[in-house]
Amino acid sequence: MTEKGLVPALSLIGLLLLWIVAAALTADPTILPTPWSLIMPFLNELQSGELLFHLGHTLVRVVWAFVLAMAIGMALGLVMGRFPRVDRWLDPWLVVFLNLPALVLIVLCYLWIGLNETAAIIAVTLNKVPNVTTMIREGARSFDPNLDAMAKVYRMAPMARLRHVLLPQLAPFVAAAARSGVAVIWKIVLVVEFLGRSSGIGFKIHLYFQLFDVRMVLVYALSFIIVMLIVEWTLLQPWERRVRRWRTA
Amino acid sequence: MIKVDITRKAYGDAPVLGHIAFEIRRGETVAILGPSGIGKSTLLRSVAGIDDKYEGNIERPENMAIVFQEPTLLLWRSVLQNLTLIHPHLSDRAAREMLGKVGIADKADLFPGQLSLGQQRRLALARAFAGNPEFLIMDEPFVSLDPKTAEVMLALTETLIDEVRPATLFVTHARSEAERLMARILELRGIPATLVPRLVSGKEIP
Repeated sequence: MTEKGLVPALSLIGLLLLWIVAAALTADPTILPTPWSLIMPFLNELQSGELLFHLGHTLVRVVWAFVLAMAIGMALGLVMGRFPRVDRWLDPWLVVFLNLPALVLIVLCYLWIGLNETAAIIAVTLNKVPNVTTMIREGARSFDPNLDAMAKVYRMAPMARLRHVLLPQLAPFVAAAARSGVAVIWKIVLVVEFLGRSSGIGFKIHLYFQLFDVRMVLVYALSFIIVMLIVEWTLLQPWERRVRRWRTA
Repeated sequence: MIKVDITRKAYGDAPVLGHIAFEIRRGETVAILGPSGIGKSTLLRSVAGIDDKYEGNIERPENMAIVFQEPTLLLWRSVLQNLTLIHPHLSDRAAREMLGKVGIADKADLFPGQLSLGQQRRLALARAFAGNPEFLIMDEPFVSLDPKTAEVMLALTETLIDEVRPATLFVTHARSEAERLMARILELRGIPATLVPRLVSGKEIP
């Protein structure tokens, strides 16, 4: 294994060792169970289909909220970055929404829309849109004016301009927004499920929290962390490498 | 035919251009000369339609091309795509042919960042001429090149202009470049800048 792969692996093993030591010192499985004592409950949940059912529900919500937040945030960020007049009008809104606690938005969405899937996804989306907007706006402000002039003189079609001139310049900002987006969104999805859904990882964690079952809370939380790591390694990082290819070539 | 008739152009309260009127016929090359900071680039940006905040009237054709001081390429697309994306009607074969004309046929599938600066400028030239422009605008395209490279680029530009015969507007501070391209020379002077009258040289008399 190369050093690049070795260091993260060793660092994760270190974290695992820390857990084992802490579990040994605690010596109380109802507070902190050992890593291996999670394996059996994990396999049971996997076999019964419970785990996959709830994982699936959470994942669908994450994907919906992610796609919506990225699409709306990118559109808003582009417009605000390109047109200072729009920016002056919308910027105060952005500040308000950036500082609105996630919990408030979630509760209000449930109260106004009802305890349903739409409210859950809208709540998560609204929580993430201001972040994406801010990051994309920064990117849209740093567009190369010469490329703009070039595209204008050569009369490039608007779609071609967006796809081949603007979005590639935006790629690093989109990648950053997507990275932090996925991480934040799945955490908020769990809160949304905790508060008002009867499926998903957040719902199960709520359930086992009421039963004071630390082991099951860990089983469900860790399962989803693993899924998100797989998404990061198999989707986000390869995509980022692909759009960065021209820099390293 | 390109008709320029600018009456005034200002940045805020500071006037940059005064009354400037000239025409360029198809196949003709016009060079705008003047010291740096006089407003050459401002004039060029107005004529190109990049900056439309001026008083006056400019008639220009649809099919235009521009060469900047910097190559101004799409660094994230291949050399070939830098032609075909800008000119959607250009076939791959025609694009490769164009790259051949400027001497970078073998670089078609690389990214622009993998080319030398000289090769990037050749690509910018290829992009300008690939669409058979009726109107070509060049903003000091040979500035910051060493004399030898500048000479090669000038010769290449000359050949391509002879072949495509666009109306050409060429901004420079080097009179020798303008003379080399057999350009009709217009000089910008003063604040706000206007065209100064000058003597007609012998070779311009028919």
